[in-house]
Amino acid sequence: MATRLDFKGMNCPMPIMKTAMAVKKAASGDQFEIVCDDPGFEPDITAWCNETKNVLNGIRKEGKDIIATITKA
Amino acid sequence: MSGEQTAEKSMAAVTDGKIAEKVKELEDRIAQLEVNKGNMTMVLFSGDFDKAFAAFIIANGALAMGKEVTMFVTFWGLDAIKKPAFSTAGRGFLEKMVLAMRPKGPNKLATSKMNFGGIGPKLFRFMMKQKNVEQLHTMIEMAQEFGVRIVACQMSMDVMGLKKEDLLDGVEVGGVALFLNSSYQSNTTLFV
Repeated sequence: MATRLDFKGMNCPMPIMKTAMAVKKAASGDQFEIVCDDPGFEPDITAWCNETKNVLNGIRKEGKDIIATITKA
Repeated sequence: MSGEQTAEKSMAAVTDGKIAEKVKELEDRIAQLEVNKGNMTMVLFSGDFDKAFAAFIIANGALAMGKEVTMFVTFWGLDAIKKPAFSTAGRGFLEKMVLAMRPKGPNKLATSKMNFGGIGPKLFRFMMKQKNVEQLHTMIEMAQEFGVRIVACQMSMDVMGLKKEDLLDGVEVGGVALFLNSSYQSNTTLFV
């Protein structure tokens, strides 16, 4: 089951920092579903996963919300 | 076995040994580069609110990506890492004057544009709050929580009459060699 992180209303760089904090505490293979309504979140979470080697399983949009699912490497 | 053949064999052994040595040396160098990958060193020279803000956002981003970040804070940049209040007792007249004229801490900095005698920063802070952007002092605290290394320039501190205890807790003091050493071990260096 993926842990849901709600970062709605937050602005750069907070969603990435909060993601980093949560992922740091998790074990390898743990999954997260991150919800954020900052339009910059999509390119940012993609870049963050690319750099940190955590796996970006997918990004979908529901209205203004951007929902990213990631797996800790 | 002739003497010639023996000599040839020992020559080959020497060459093999040298190649192995070279390979080992290169492997060590690559390992070192991989360790340094993405580490960042910044010089925060400016004491402008907007520039210090940008510097700490970038620092926080790098920290969130798991990199080591060193911020070498010099000259006007020191304004950004001062405690909001400290006593200037025991300092010279000129030092007291300079300290009285400079802002104390992240919440007192002026903006590089549209400062309007101090109204600009208040306006920006209000607009940032409205849009849920974190405040500069929170950014600094977060960076420290993530393990940023903030190093204040000893020489600038001396010139301005600043003491280590006037600066935020956790700030180290160092010189240009420390900055350069940190920069050589990083692959990104920024001057703000």
